[in-house]
Formats: sequence, C-alpha cells, structure tokens
Amino acid sequence: MTDLDAAAAGALLREMLRIRRFEEKCAELYAQEKIRGFLHLYVGEEAVAAGVCAALEPDDAVIATYREHGHALARGVPATAILAEMYGKLEGCCRGRGGSMHLFDASRRFYGGNAIVGGGLPIAVGLALADRLQGRPRVSACFFGEGAVAEGEFHESMNLAALWRLPVVFCCENNLYAMGTALARSESQLDLCVKAASYGMPAWPVDGMDAPAVAAAARSACLAARAGGGPVFLELRTYRFRAHSMFDPELYRDKAEVERWKERDPIEALDRRLRAAGALDDAGRRSLEDACAEEIAGAVAFAEAGTLEPVEELTRFVTSERRPA
Amino acid sequence: MSEPRQLSYRDALREAIAEALVRDPRVFLMGEDVGAYGGCYAVSRGLLAEFGPERIRDTPLSESAFVGAGIGAALGGLRPIVEIMTVNFSLLALDQIVNNAATLLHMSGGQLSIPLVIRMTTGAGRQLAAQHSHSLEGWFAHVPGLRIVAPATLEDARGMLWTALEDPDPVLIFEHNQLYNLRGSLPADAGAVDIDRAAIRRAGSHVTLVSYGGTLHKSLAAADQLAAEGIDAEVIDLRTLRPLDADTVLRSVARTRRAVIVDEGWRSGSLSAEIAARIQEEIFYELEAPVARVCSQEVPMPYARQLEAAALPQAEGIVAAARRTVGTHA
Repeated sequence: MTDLDAAAAGALLREMLRIRRFEEKCAELYAQEKIRGFLHLYVGEEAVAAGVCAALEPDDAVIATYREHGHALARGVPATAILAEMYGKLEGCCRGRGGSMHLFDASRRFYGGNAIVGGGLPIAVGLALADRLQGRPRVSACFFGEGAVAEGEFHESMNLAALWRLPVVFCCENNLYAMGTALARSESQLDLCVKAASYGMPAWPVDGMDAPAVAAAARSACLAARAGGGPVFLELRTYRFRAHSMFDPELYRDKAEVERWKERDPIEALDRRLRAAGALDDAGRRSLEDACAEEIAGAVAFAEAGTLEPVEELTRFVTSERRPA
Repeated sequence: MSEPRQLSYRDALREAIAEALVRDPRVFLMGEDVGAYGGCYAVSRGLLAEFGPERIRDTPLSESAFVGAGIGAALGGLRPIVEIMTVNFSLLALDQIVNNAATLLHMSGGQLSIPLVIRMTTGAGRQLAAQHSHSLEGWFAHVPGLRIVAPATLEDARGMLWTALEDPDPVLIFEHNQLYNLRGSLPADAGAVDIDRAAIRRAGSHVTLVSYGGTLHKSLAAADQLAAEGIDAEVIDLRTLRPLDADTVLRSVARTRRAVIVDEGWRSGSLSAEIAARIQEEIFYELEAPVARVCSQEVPMPYARQLEAAALPQAEGIVAAARRTVGTHA
C-alpha cells in the first residue's frame, strides 16, 4: 500500500466508522423512542456509500433510498441535521417533515430519501438529462437495492438512460434480501449484471464489503459516464447485518449466514489491511473512534436542543411560497 | 392592434408550446410520439423540424420513467413539458406524479421545487372505449402539491402553458379530446393568462351551471336552450381544478341561489361532490333548491355510439337538471 493509497483507505475507514457508530446510536435512540416511524439501518453496508461518495465531485447528484443515513453522511450532510430530522425537529435537514426515510439536502445535491422501491431511478435519469442538455460534466449516482430490479421503473430507467446515453451511475446495493424476500425467491435471472448489460451499458460486479474496491469501481464508472459514455451499472455485493427495520424478527434468514457475513465486516477488513501495511495502530483506531463519538454526541445534543416547528406552519411547503405575480 | 385570426384549439396549444420553446431555452417537450409522429392528437406536428430532437424528444412507452425524468430534469434546472397521450396512460406514472412530484417540496422542508408541466388528453366522445376515454382529473385534483388546470377555450389553450411553466410547482394540464378541433378567433398577440381564477363565461341570474373543460360547451348550449324557456343561466368555467376558485362559484351561487354542477367524471367521490359540499358548507342558507349534479354514468366508458352518448353528461340532461332547480321554488 502506497502512502497515497493508505491515506485514501484511512479516509474510507473513517467514513465507514462514522456511519457505523451513527447507526448504532440511532438504534439506541429508537429504543428510547427519541426516533419514531420506520428506521432502516445501514450496518454492514457502509463500504458502498463510503466508496461511491468518495468518487463523486461536489456538483454531482446523489439519489438514495429509504436506507440512506450512510449516503447522507458520506455526501457531507451534517450528522447534526440528519439526527435532528429523525427527532422531527425544525433544525433537521427537512424541518422534520421527512424523517429517517426522506433526508434531502439541496445544497449538496442530495436528492433523498426515496421510500418507493425503484422510485428514485427515473429522477436520476432526469437529473442526468438536465446536465447533458446544459452541457455540465456531472454524473448522477443513483443508489437502490436489488429488490428494485423487479420493478418496472428499473427497466424503464435503464433503457432510457442507455438510449439517451446519460451520465448515470446506477449503484445497485445487492444485500440479497428485498426486506425478507431472497433474490432467488423473486428473480428468474440472478445475475443482475446480465440484466443491466442487456440494455447496452457496462455492468460490473464489485465486492461491496471492500471499500477501496468500491471506490475504485465508482471512479472508473464516473470517469466513463462523465466522458459521455452513457450510464454504468455497478452491482455492489453487500450484506445487511441488522434487521430490515426495527420491526423485523428476521424469520427469513439463517443466523449462521449473518454470522458468516459478519466475518467480512468491511470496517474490520480495512482495519486489518491498514494495520498490515503499517498505516494504522491501536492509537490510530482509538483516535478515529474518539472523533466519531465526539461528533455523534454533538449530533445528539443538537437534536435534543432542537425546536419543534409550530403546528401553525403545518401547511407550508405544499406549494411554493413565491409564485410569479 | 393586430387583427384577430381563426385557428383551432390544437393550433393554440401548438403555438403556446412553440412560443415557450423560443422564449426559454430551458423548455423542452417530451413524450410518446411527440416528434416524428407529430403527437397522438397532432398538437406537436411540425415542432420536431423547427426545434430538433433534443427539445422535441420522443420517448419509449415508459410513462413512469419519462414522467420521473421530467421531475429530475426540473430539479436539474430545466422546464420540461411532458406529454402523456391520454389520462388513462397517466396511471402508469402515478408513482412519479403522486409520490414524487407532489411530495418532494414538502418532504424536503421547502428545498426542492419541481417546475414541471404535464399535459394530457382527457375525456370521452370519440368512441375510444374504456381505456382511452375517462375523466380522471378529479383524482389528481385530490392531491395536495399538484396544480390542476383544464383549458376549455382557445384563449386558455394558448395562454395557460406559459403561466404553468413559470410556476415553481408541478402543473397538470388536462385537454379534453373533444376540444382539439374547436375553432375560433384569437388576437394575434394572445398570450399568457392566469391559472388561478374561475371565469364566468355567460352571466345569468336564475341558476349557476358549474363546468370545466369539455363540459363548458355543453353547459353553454344548455344555457341557450334554457334562455329560450325564459331561464337565465350563469355558466362558470372552473379553469383550475386545484386549487379550486371556490369564491367565484360561491359568489355566483349566492346570487342565483341555485346550482347545477356538470362534471364528466363519475359522480361517486368526484370533483362535483367536492363543489357541492363546499356550496352547502358555505352558503347553505342562500340556496333555494338542492344542489344538482350532472355527471357521467357509473360505467366504464362503452364503445357503441349510443351507449357512450348515454353515459356522458349532455345538454339535455343539464337543461332538465336546471329546470328542476328552478321549478322547485321558482
């Protein structure tokens, strides 16, 4: 590992740890009923968001799913604003109107936060179309789970993006289960890259538990899309260590399977590689952990101290407040 | 002053699209067969040659993807006009319209506005049967976050589009298929019109006929027949179905004290039900007769000419309903 690689890998480790510790805190806060509604945690899948977002430029767009805390954090949305959103506070990134499943940050081109499986793909196509028509060399990174490939919107969007050669990087997070439905129980074709390739776009499987591999694949994909080569499909093979949501008794998968995947924990895997390369030691890891703990404690304090939007403002933002006269 | 000229509703829509494309480089049109074919109802005929395939963009038969792409393009700074061939096909894009276009501004706490225009054909009368003839605009008018307009006149066909494109929120324009061949005159300098207020298309004092889109002309015909009987009907064109300009309706009905609502949608759970409820909530004690409704019969629209005609609101039915409201307490 070169010094440069070690620095980049260290940044990925830091990002993954932020997400992991943030999600663990969310689970705790959910148990305390500070967070309500549906809560979907990203534990186990951190390498995907950290790796892809590391390959993006500030002007690129990100479209994510309802399991998007990790993407928001990796995109630079402050942990304070995300947590306050889940507390339903005015200081949240959406004033408490979206909650865990609907995080948005226009200033970072973070377009959520879509809780209809497959619903974000057409929007990513449109964002990329706008960039193409306005001559901006940007890409739109669109995250979705493997469950989305069963939706018509997936196929419509893949076709449209490929037909118009739009700069979309389709990031399929294949964690093997659409909620509780295993891929093999819902798809006749299990090789997702075959589906994407049938639309005439490059499609690569990537080890989604290996953050540097994800970042490298995402950089190649962005380079190709940005250069006008049309969309790219990445199948990021990953695994969700925790339940689908806080209401999931996990009847559909084997505990031994979960334990096997945990042996491939993306954080510990990268930790080991950095240590082997002499780029990380106990003190280094401790300092990363301390920084996460401090940031998350700050986010909790921020969310706790946040204010509630007065109910008199309930009907704001249904339509825009400023319309042309 | 420039001379008025003769043209059709279809021509007026085409002029509005062409003008928008010229005035604003962010505007483009996309939909099924809008380019090479010239539009299912020939609204966009000739525009491909004039503006090219980047701005007159034929799409695959993927309603959800191209409507969603319109949302994304609007978020990305463009001003898309998305054409859906007919309202029944819009059901394939309901996810994007209802779950995204209508919600993103609110869910994002005001950060994301969607300046998107969706045009679609609605209504029956061409013997196109039950998958090309329904009037589902009332469903869309149920949804907060959407603005729903229904141009019924040449002036509105010419003028509503630009105002809709200037709006920061999604606007759905419903064009009744029976209006495309409507002919009339417009001043050469006809342009943008408001999309906020209902219009009184004929003044009267005995009964108010509330209509929009395709039912305006049937209501005006009914008003002519009623006049011959000495009943002076006022005819309102709602123009905007959401948000409703209830004030114009309520002021009129408070004067005439009688109302007949004419809606090509089915009666149950319809826009006509909403208007009737508002009249009774607000001006119940002004009424001289129960609020009457003339709606489509509750059947999927049939093909056969006589059955289709029987399923739709017709001038004769409007006349009969108006006569009953007046006869009751005249």
